[in-house]
Amino acid sequence: MPEELNSKGYDIPPEMQSLVAITTLDKIYNWGRRYSVWPMMFGLACCAIEMICTAAARFDFSRFGMEIMRPSPRQADLMLVSGTVTKKMVPQIVRLYNQMPEPKYVVAMGACACGGGPFKEGYNVVSGIDKFLPVDVYIPGCPPTPQALLFGLMKVQEMIDTQSLKEVRWYQKGELPAIPVPILGPDLIDPRDYPEFAEKLAKAQAEVTEPEGA
Amino acid sequence: MYGKGIIKGLGVTLKHFLDTYVDDIRVGKKRYTEEGVAYRSSKDVRGLFTVQYPEEKLPTPEEFRFIPFLVYDEGEDGEKNIRCTSCGICSKVCPPQCIWIVRSEDPETGRPIPEPSDFFIDVDVCMNCGMCAEFCPFDAIVMGHDYELAVYDRLANNIYDKDKLLKPAAYYQAIRPVNYRIQAEARAEKEAKKATAQSKKEA
Amino acid sequence: MTETTLAIANDIEARFPQCVTPDERGGYEGYLIEAGKLVEFATALRDEFGYDFLSSVTGVDYLPDEKMEVVYHTYRSTGGGAFVFKVQTPRQTPSVPSLCGIFPGAEFQEREAWDLLGIHFQGHPDLRRILMWEGFEGHPLRKDWKEAYYESDAKPFDSRWPVGEIYRAEDENPFKGNVVYPQGFDPDKWTPEGETALYAGMHEVETDEAMHTDQIVVNLGPQHPSTHGVFRMVATLDGETIVKLRPVMGYLHRNHEKIGERNTYLMNIPFTDRLDYLSSMTANWGYVQAVEKLLGPKTAAPERAEYIRVIMAEFTRISNHLMAIGALLNDLGAYFTPMLYALKERELILDIFEATAGSRMMCNYYRFGGLARDLPAGVYEKMRDLAFERLPRQIDELDRYLTENEVVIARCEGVGVLTPEEAIAYSAVGPVLRASGVPYDVRRADPYGIYERFDFDVAVRYHGDVYDRYLVRLDEIRQSIRILQQALDDLPEGEIMAGKPKYSMRVPAGEAYGRVEAPKGELGFYVVSDGSANPWRYHVRAPSFINLTALSKMCEGDKVADAVIILGSIDIVLGETDR
Repeated sequence: MPEELNSKGYDIPPEMQSLVAITTLDKIYNWGRRYSVWPMMFGLACCAIEMICTAAARFDFSRFGMEIMRPSPRQADLMLVSGTVTKKMVPQIVRLYNQMPEPKYVVAMGACACGGGPFKEGYNVVSGIDKFLPVDVYIPGCPPTPQALLFGLMKVQEMIDTQSLKEVRWYQKGELPAIPVPILGPDLIDPRDYPEFAEKLAKAQAEVTEPEGA
Repeated sequence: MYGKGIIKGLGVTLKHFLDTYVDDIRVGKKRYTEEGVAYRSSKDVRGLFTVQYPEEKLPTPEEFRFIPFLVYDEGEDGEKNIRCTSCGICSKVCPPQCIWIVRSEDPETGRPIPEPSDFFIDVDVCMNCGMCAEFCPFDAIVMGHDYELAVYDRLANNIYDKDKLLKPAAYYQAIRPVNYRIQAEARAEKEAKKATAQSKKEA
Repeated sequence: MTETTLAIANDIEARFPQCVTPDERGGYEGYLIEAGKLVEFATALRDEFGYDFLSSVTGVDYLPDEKMEVVYHTYRSTGGGAFVFKVQTPRQTPSVPSLCGIFPGAEFQEREAWDLLGIHFQGHPDLRRILMWEGFEGHPLRKDWKEAYYESDAKPFDSRWPVGEIYRAEDENPFKGNVVYPQGFDPDKWTPEGETALYAGMHEVETDEAMHTDQIVVNLGPQHPSTHGVFRMVATLDGETIVKLRPVMGYLHRNHEKIGERNTYLMNIPFTDRLDYLSSMTANWGYVQAVEKLLGPKTAAPERAEYIRVIMAEFTRISNHLMAIGALLNDLGAYFTPMLYALKERELILDIFEATAGSRMMCNYYRFGGLARDLPAGVYEKMRDLAFERLPRQIDELDRYLTENEVVIARCEGVGVLTPEEAIAYSAVGPVLRASGVPYDVRRADPYGIYERFDFDVAVRYHGDVYDRYLVRLDEIRQSIRILQQALDDLPEGEIMAGKPKYSMRVPAGEAYGRVEAPKGELGFYVVSDGSANPWRYHVRAPSFINLTALSKMCEGDKVADAVIILGSIDIVLGETDR
């Protein structure tokens, strides 16, 4: 579609060729998208309660066109990772993300989703959902207040404004690869680690045994 | 009568709906001022109340805590006198251990100097509990009120170093006037006591 | 040892000579029971001595003594102090008889002890891992088990000061993640265990139905709009009727206890906020109470602090019950309107918390021997406005709006029934227990703080169904308002902290069990101190977790749509369930 739009026979300088039609269209396209970001109704922990408060009357994110929270990933545009991501839960989160249709955005809400938070040292906690999903906006705080969340959501809207039809990943040729779902083994296994697994394992076990020997 | 409960419930909903508008009319133009916000979350209001963030914001109470910052006093020549002496109490008391302090040392004697050469807070670990500020003996670390901190890239932004953490004492006074006053008075009293003890000693 | 336990001590020793010995370690209480006699002893304790309510079961790893210990706290459902008994078992092959046959409420707690400490319970009907997944390596709460980001046994860590060159823990780990694998692990030869153990026995459940129909197994959750977070139920359905249901949890297991044993005593207070994140004040109180018991009477909170503690706890109860009622109605399909009205009032209570404690949800307000700070100017007036005018008015409105609604009645009455005997046997607590006709409230049964001074009724209803649980919550809000009005009227001036606040302290060796009536029920903290600055064992008896033991009992025989509201009526919070 972008190709057709850009080759209409006008005399456009070569460096501008890809831009003229798109900029106007981009504006309309982004305006439409920025006011209809439907978040997925998906709560993990404490931050989810602040997310509910943001949806309720006092802060009311329907003012931003987000009133329809969809429990089904198939109908959602925005995944608010609201809370601690545990190893037991991460396969499900990745699966949910894969089920969301493009365009999709991920917001890491709160310290835990950003980088593990206060529970980072725990054996069942993933240090940030960005180890698995491409996160667009990070909202620090434990938990972020509803107004901090709204600020983060506005950041998502600003991000949508800057996107261009020509560059966005969901209109590129070829299919977008799904993120491989992590496996629950003796500990969490990321399938993307398989090629170097043996090497990393040897390194990790050397590190574990070394301090004890020293 | 069957359906009575449902009708009653619908009545309550309708009343809520109307009350919201009645409140709006009653407040009138003052609605978006601080006074209006205070009124609309008071006991007399019956309708729903929405804060029109970002145009208006809920007033932040003084005790509100978010990400801590370091206080410096402005010297006469505009130099920054950091209150922190890098005693390390905040990093010892921090529950998730997200405060990292590098104590500076005198290059010649090798003895510690009471000023941190670097100070880090990992915002992705911080739990906003306020323990560091509560137990700081020098009132040097304070819980901030700024909550609009969302970023696109955490790896580049979310470890706050000394430069990012430093804020002037005037800012501290602006956001926490009561605490600032109490602490300033306590410090003045302590210094006065010290001075009298000193003068007694000399006498 | 409490008076009641002293009174029956002689009887018990006479009844079980030889195999029952008083626990004489310094700071410890209760009795040590021989493992072989445990079942017989527990039966006698329940039937002859009246200790019919098993509050808490947990394990302790005494690594230096090469021993594991299982600790049981029992109470009488008519009120009074605890009777504590323990069983010791060698650390290499820890094995203890299961008490599920006598106290069905032990089922999940024993599974948790198996999962986290590796204590085997002989005769347990379903001994699987509960918080971690099947196939996970090791038992994490053992003292010699170390996680990927392990830095040291106790906080504060040395790397933070004086040379605190910052790094992210994941950068140090070759996998860039919080993972550690056992020695000799080979991913090529490894096969996932999956969930065969979970589904075992779920297919083809025997029923009394004369006509044989095909059964289907359905998963609700962990991502489901009505599970209040990341909770999962596996149900076997016969048509629309649930014939078997198994709750699956652990999706929010944040290693609270492991982290808590590394923290200093003070550091644990903000972590308790994140247990039941809807009612952090009461969680603070429970933990502070347990540690104050260890510290002794010199840390008794001053008068004003005691009053403010009660006020904050009761405001928490109201805000929690508002949320619970809103969420229950959400589950019923009254999408968001009742929730909206409930949250509107909750916001005002949160405003008070924010102004006083500094945060809307994570209050971190109670300290050992007092409170973090006094009420700021203007907050007292706001509290009065709420307690005397706004809340009574709005609760009446909520009542008018919902209680007589025909749809609510039709959906809730007679659904998820739990009889009083079952409720006690399953160790149900809080509104679930009281809706079944057992007037047990820790504030009355075993008073703490200054609750004895206030005039209030224990809310109780007798049908044990979802509707009664809703009504009990509404009644409790009214009783809380009564307490608030008295406490606000009597609030004295004065100090809010006994002694000077200290950031690090050693706690005398011993054990303590502090329990409070949290909005969701009895919340207990079992703390074992070895005399250092960090607790040796830190266990949370979470009401949401233990109330779920009765979930399958309540759901079986009801329709699948009812499972959702039964869960809603228990009012769980996953932070506390999974810890």
